Amino acid sequence: MLPATSEGNGVSGNEVLVRLANLGKDFDVSPPLLNRLLQHQDRVVLRAVDNLSIAIPRGKTFSLVGESGCGKSTVAKLAAGLYRPSRGSIVFDGIDMATLGTRAQTEAVRKRLQMIFQDPYASLNPRWRVSDIVAEPIRAHRLIAGKAAIARRVGELLEQVGLTGADGVRFPHEFSGGQRQRISIARALASQPEFLICDEPTSALDVSVQAQILNLMKNLQRQFALTYLFISHDLAVVYHISDYIGVMYLGRLVEWSDKRSLFDRPLHPYTRMLLDAIPDITMSGRQRTPVAGEVPNPIDPPTGCHFHPRCPYANDRCRTEVPTLMRNNASEVACHAVFEGRLPDAAATGRPAVPE
Amino acid sequence: MSEANNRKPLLRVENLRVEFPTRRGTLVAVDDVSFHIDEGEVLGVVGESGAGKSLTGAAIIGLLEPPGRIADGRIVFDGKRIDDIGYERMRRLRGDQIAMIFQDPLTSLNPLFTVGRQLTETIRTHVRIDERGARERAIELLNEVGIPAADRRVDQYPHQFSGGMRQRVVIALALAANPRLIIADEPTTALDVSIQAQIITLLKRLCRDHGTSVMLITHDMGVIAETADRVAVMYAGRIVEVGPVQDVIRRGKHPYTHGLMNSIPVVRQDIEELMQIEGAMPRLTDIPSGCAFNPRCPKAFAYCRTERPDLVRVGASEAACWLYDDARRPDAAGNV
Repeated sequence: MLPATSEGNGVSGNEVLVRLANLGKDFDVSPPLLNRLLQHQDRVVLRAVDNLSIAIPRGKTFSLVGESGCGKSTVAKLAAGLYRPSRGSIVFDGIDMATLGTRAQTEAVRKRLQMIFQDPYASLNPRWRVSDIVAEPIRAHRLIAGKAAIARRVGELLEQVGLTGADGVRFPHEFSGGQRQRISIARALASQPEFLICDEPTSALDVSVQAQILNLMKNLQRQFALTYLFISHDLAVVYHISDYIGVMYLGRLVEWSDKRSLFDRPLHPYTRMLLDAIPDITMSGRQRTPVAGEVPNPIDPPTGCHFHPRCPYANDRCRTEVPTLMRNNASEVACHAVFEGRLPDAAATGRPAVPE
Repeated sequence: MSEANNRKPLLRVENLRVEFPTRRGTLVAVDDVSFHIDEGEVLGVVGESGAGKSLTGAAIIGLLEPPGRIADGRIVFDGKRIDDIGYERMRRLRGDQIAMIFQDPLTSLNPLFTVGRQLTETIRTHVRIDERGARERAIELLNEVGIPAADRRVDQYPHQFSGGMRQRVVIALALAANPRLIIADEPTTALDVSIQAQIITLLKRLCRDHGTSVMLITHDMGVIAETADRVAVMYAGRIVEVGPVQDVIRRGKHPYTHGLMNSIPVVRQDIEELMQIEGAMPRLTDIPSGCAFNPRCPKAFAYCRTERPDLVRVGASEAACWLYDDARRPDAAGNV
């Protein structure tokens, strides 16, 4: 039972490419200044991400799961540099992103990480030809000189994602959702990144197309030794694609582990509830117990452990004291009940029984 | 769950065809679709976007948006045709006999009225009851769909409810007049997994208690597996397979059903590569001749490219596939 530290995080044997340490992000959701002055309203701060630490080994996939509003997409945007963290640091290959001073330094790191978004309709400029979309990172980072050389590289990228070079002259609207996501991936690969941040990349796609994109992403990972931070709410997709999985609840990481341990021996009561809510597609006849209650308002989260109002094992300590992430066998989990031995074994007792 | 034999059909859809006239010609969005729903039965309708499943639901309840129109076929509800009755009679039937639940609960609720007012109005449209009685019934309904402190929340507005609670209100609205059939179009798609599980459990319990039939339209096979008695799989405007849920999900007969089921990742199942169906569903403007699935089908043969298959019985299911026609299949051995 080792306390989790910002350096530790238990991923051993592999070189860590990306480390998020004690990361926090606040959003100011205060009413307008005039209302605050006239109606004596206070500033309101939404703590979207709170003290989150993860380490992603090179060539592996780390997934963050959780329900809407848990802060998983905010983590993706922080990792991609689209948001500036309120607290904590992002270290990419030994370089602290906050210390990057000059434009040249920033660009040198930026081209090594890329992002794929959920909505392939919104993330491609409808007025650009596909070849220009895919060539944009090459031009922005001045990776290749000369029109012909760029065109050759674009053709190569399109073929890598299962399109043809001839598709370059077409516009995004001429493609289906799955093909558009392939274009997004080709664009992301254009700067030869090492780290891809994927925010729900298949959530907008039909299942048969989702399978194509997941297979493509796995192939590309093998081919180019890519490291993925994968954000999804779909636990089956996450199980398929990940090496490590972290579960988030109201801005906090409540448990993380390698995927098999997480699914075989979930510790945190919230993780257990989430796993139990997965529809039983194999029709094994398992009776599932639905999760009780709903995610509270993140502007006014519960005290202590955020999960305590929905947790069947909560006691006074859970209501007052924030649990810290600590090691327990293969996992790290933030739960008082786990370490006090108050939690029944998931394998022995089945899952917490909660009325509908 | 189902004992289909001693039930009688509540809804019969026969050779339904829905068309959209456009400047470039007529698009056929639902093509020669026939199925039935028995009393107290949950029929799942699955398919990917553009398969025509929502349009089929809208056609049944008379809510096709122009220029979409029913071009052919019959819809028979409780022994009477309902596809050719006028607007006013259809309006009465809706809510009274057939109710609808949509994906987004916010669009089905009026933001300007309290939940209670919307419920009492619906109740009083269909049942002769005074204001106070209707209010009591409204609270009763909110209780039934699992909304805590219903007597207080009945006076709140939709924005004061969370997404899951709103969908419960929508279900309460649908149940207000004790309908015999509920058409639920992606009722859980906008919800988080934990809330989704709650809503599915609720729908199942209510239908069992009230003996209501449900047409459950969704793209989510997991929801179907947990809820439906029978499943119809749609592809490019047609039903390609229909049968008991166990058979369709575990032993899909049509190559599309089979491929679809195998392309879904399953937890605790370690596979390096998911089975994938190449390509994508055709657009309505260029549906292939013969079987619409033939360009993506690993088992297609010459006949599939020219002749359109109809549903034929295969075991406990029906499938529209030439593989099950002994006279046409090139080798009589290799079934799916």
